[in-house]
Amino acid sequence: MRPLTEEETRVMFEKIAKYIGENLQLLVDRPDGTYCFRLHKDRVYYVSEKILKLAANISGDKLVSLGTCFGKFTKTHKFRLHITALDYLAPYAKYKVWIKPGAEQSFLYGNHVLKSGLGRITENTSQYQGVVVYSMADVPLSPLNLPRHIKEGEKLLLHHQEAN
Amino acid sequence: MGRKLDPTKKEKRGPGRKARKQKGAETELAKFLPAGGDENSKRLSSRARKRAAKRRLGSAEAPETNKSPGAKPLPGKLPKGFCKPFGVSAGAVQTPGKKEASSLFNMARGKKRPAPTHSSAEEEEEDSEGDGVVNQEDLWGSEDSDADMIDDYGAGSNSEDEDEDDDEELLPIERAARKQKAQEAVAGDQWSEEETDEEEEEEQVSAESGPREDEESEGGLQINVDEEEPLLPPAGEVEQDTQAPDLQCVHKRIQDIVGVLRDFGTQREEGRSRSEYLQRLRKDLATYYSYGDFLLGKLMDLFPLSELVEFLEANEVPRPITLRTNTLKTRRRDLAQALINRGVNLDPLGKWSKTGLVVYDSSVPIGATPEYLAGHYMLQGASSMLPVMALAPQEHERILDMCCAPGGKTSYIAQLMKNTGVILANDANAERLKSVVGNLHRLGVTNAIISHYDGRQFPKVVGGFDRVLLDAPCSGTGVISKDPAVKTNKDEKDILRCAHLQKELLLSAIDSVNASSKTGGYLVYCTCSIMVEENEWVVDYALKKRNVRLVPTGLDFGQEGFTRFRERRFHPTLRSTRRFYPHTHNMDGFFIAKFKKFSNSIPQSQTGNSATSTPTNPDLPNVNGQVTPKSESGSPSTKKAGQAKQRLQKQQHPKKSSFQKQNGISKGTDTELSTVSAVTKAQASSKLQDSSQPPETAAVVREPKEAGKLKQQSPKLQSSRKAAFRKQRAPPKTMDTDLPAAPSLSKTQATPKPEDRDQPFGNTTGAEKVKHQVAEQPFKKAAFQKRDGTPKGLKTPTVSSRSSSRPPPAKRRKSQSRGSLQPALTSVDG
Repeated sequence: MRPLTEEETRVMFEKIAKYIGENLQLLVDRPDGTYCFRLHKDRVYYVSEKILKLAANISGDKLVSLGTCFGKFTKTHKFRLHITALDYLAPYAKYKVWIKPGAEQSFLYGNHVLKSGLGRITENTSQYQGVVVYSMADVPLSPLNLPRHIKEGEKLLLHHQEAN
Repeated sequence: MGRKLDPTKKEKRGPGRKARKQKGAETELAKFLPAGGDENSKRLSSRARKRAAKRRLGSAEAPETNKSPGAKPLPGKLPKGFCKPFGVSAGAVQTPGKKEASSLFNMARGKKRPAPTHSSAEEEEEDSEGDGVVNQEDLWGSEDSDADMIDDYGAGSNSEDEDEDDDEELLPIERAARKQKAQEAVAGDQWSEEETDEEEEEEQVSAESGPREDEESEGGLQINVDEEEPLLPPAGEVEQDTQAPDLQCVHKRIQDIVGVLRDFGTQREEGRSRSEYLQRLRKDLATYYSYGDFLLGKLMDLFPLSELVEFLEANEVPRPITLRTNTLKTRRRDLAQALINRGVNLDPLGKWSKTGLVVYDSSVPIGATPEYLAGHYMLQGASSMLPVMALAPQEHERILDMCCAPGGKTSYIAQLMKNTGVILANDANAERLKSVVGNLHRLGVTNAIISHYDGRQFPKVVGGFDRVLLDAPCSGTGVISKDPAVKTNKDEKDILRCAHLQKELLLSAIDSVNASSKTGGYLVYCTCSIMVEENEWVVDYALKKRNVRLVPTGLDFGQEGFTRFRERRFHPTLRSTRRFYPHTHNMDGFFIAKFKKFSNSIPQSQTGNSATSTPTNPDLPNVNGQVTPKSESGSPSTKKAGQAKQRLQKQQHPKKSSFQKQNGISKGTDTELSTVSAVTKAQASSKLQDSSQPPETAAVVREPKEAGKLKQQSPKLQSSRKAAFRKQRAPPKTMDTDLPAAPSLSKTQATPKPEDRDQPFGNTTGAEKVKHQVAEQPFKKAAFQKRDGTPKGLKTPTVSSRSSSRPPPAKRRKSQSRGSLQPALTSVDG
């Protein structure tokens, strides 16, 4: 387990910023303590410092997970965000998309959503924007990238990320 | 069944096959007996009519004649008769040599024959028969058709059964039966034994006295049955039933035996001992419920007979699905509403749970709803919620979950702590750890660290937890309904292996708890097994080996654990443990025990520890070992040389000194302490100028603790309290001694009695310091010299022996009184 390097931090923050923009700082400085990111076996974990102290006692090969896994770095050092990060992204999301109840089930089970399945969408959402998908009950479902330009009746290819 | 079946003639009568089968055996029987006869008679009558017609066409035999020999007066018996012939015939067909099977049937038949005299008995038989008959009704159908086809199976035909009801039917069968009778008569002798057993088991009184007599009658009956067997058409059903002994008959026999054993004096068969009945019952149960012999024997030891059958029955049926609301994300009310909207039929689990829901049925897969994926609930057995409730984790605590997979209990702990504090979730199985990771992430647990250690490594890796939960791997005898393979693949070695592993894990878990934690110091040990070897025995072992005591779990329902079982005797506080059974609580079998650790020192066993003394304090280890004559844990001391010794030494010193103070030499007064005292003496003299008091005190302290735990005679709680009390004092003492001002401290210590443990020592903050300061032992010893009085005095008779050599108990009393406060406090903490 080690802290992230500059490079890794940059890559990761860029990715996260796509969804929550400048609110990134809120992730680190939280009222209930300082949280930090740690890298362990190519996965990035978001932990509070208290937990970090205890986790330091555990040898690296025996440590499996700590706190919340935000995502992982691929072999080519790209950062892939995991759905487990959703709880932290959702409150700060800049662009949101709401899906109708009917489309919600199908989306959850991995299918694409047509534009007609969208209930609401934040204004000024541009193409290829990172959004967080919500259900009509304001339950965050997934972070996504809007794939294409929004046109009436066109299929939106929404890539539903899997949990680790 | 079917060869002779004439498709054109086959018709389903009555409710139909499936309908019949779907009802429980009891209902079937109930319906059958009173009405069955009618039905049969009706059916028969119609069939009989057909057959009669055929016969008239084909043969001139009078059905009535057949009946008479059959001696089946009542139509109600038909079912039996049917059952029997099928069973018997099947048996006969399959394995002529299968006396048992045939005997079973014979018995059934035999019983039935005399039945007319004993209506009640008959009814029972009939019922069982009826069941068999029910199953065989299809056969009947086929038989009927067969009969219609006038198949003469040689010895007889299936229609025999029917024949019973229907005189006409009997004709062809009867002939066959007669043939069989002749054959049977020869073989009848062999069956006699079984028959007699069966008969005895049965509640029949008539002609039971002479097995021979019965045999004959049985034989006669059997013969009939046998005759029928070959007659039976190749009906698969019949054969299946009879391949093993007819389950219906077995079931009936089980009930009969249980009835007899319940009132053995009056209902037993002369000449048959209880053990014979039990033997028979055991075999029958093993057959009926598919258990291995070993496990069944264990269960018979564990449960009274009536409960045993209920338990076995309950293991055949799965427990209801329960789930636990994840209060980190939702509320139970909201979740229930959401699930109901999806089409799930559920209810709150019970008064004892605020987050549990039981699912009756569901139109959507309960493990795949969006709420599940969002982590609003977790599928968890009801009994798995109990240990966490017993553990009662508080916020901002450090908790260790030693065997956490698949993570249900860990997540429950986290939600009770509201994601504060830290949880270390550990499991030795890497595959199952993946599910832990997944579950914890899904449920939004953020304060967990997941590790992959063998639980036994624990205090070494990291220790000092406030609470520890140990859900030990076990034989799984409480969750047979989930995994029926347990019925047969567990034997003596498996249980003992599990028990050994559990003991090791429990000791490690105890050592990982920080006794001086402000809010904790608790350990919950639980298993999903009902075996005494894995539950009470392991807990008792831990009580002897470590400074822990049992406290109430906080669960107000459930059966108390055993304090004695067969030849074993356990500590009386085991009454505070809880057992849960599938048949009484409708949840998986479970065992829960809650410990409170009252001292961080580890008792050393007498024998081995002298060598293990730390370099700085050779005395201590010895003392420790000796001090706890009762404690058998020699190994821990060696193991924990590093940590334990330090702790021990710290703690023990106080005790030792207390003991020794009297004489300045190791007190060891008691036999228990004798060894210790010897050591302490040596040590003391070597180490302390004052005396070997500290070791003594340590020893003394130890003993009381031990005594408290071990001695059942004296109120354990008392002694344990005292021990705890003493221990508490010990740490402070040790701490004081640790301080450089040891000599002065010792003096100071000497002066103030237990009055205020902390005061004399001043700085010592308590146990913590104790741990760290091995070198200070000598100081401590000095300090403890005064103390020793206390520990000893506190002890009840066991202690008293030791104390006798010591200074007047009065002194100790004081300390005790002081200490008493402590125990009170500690107990409160629990």
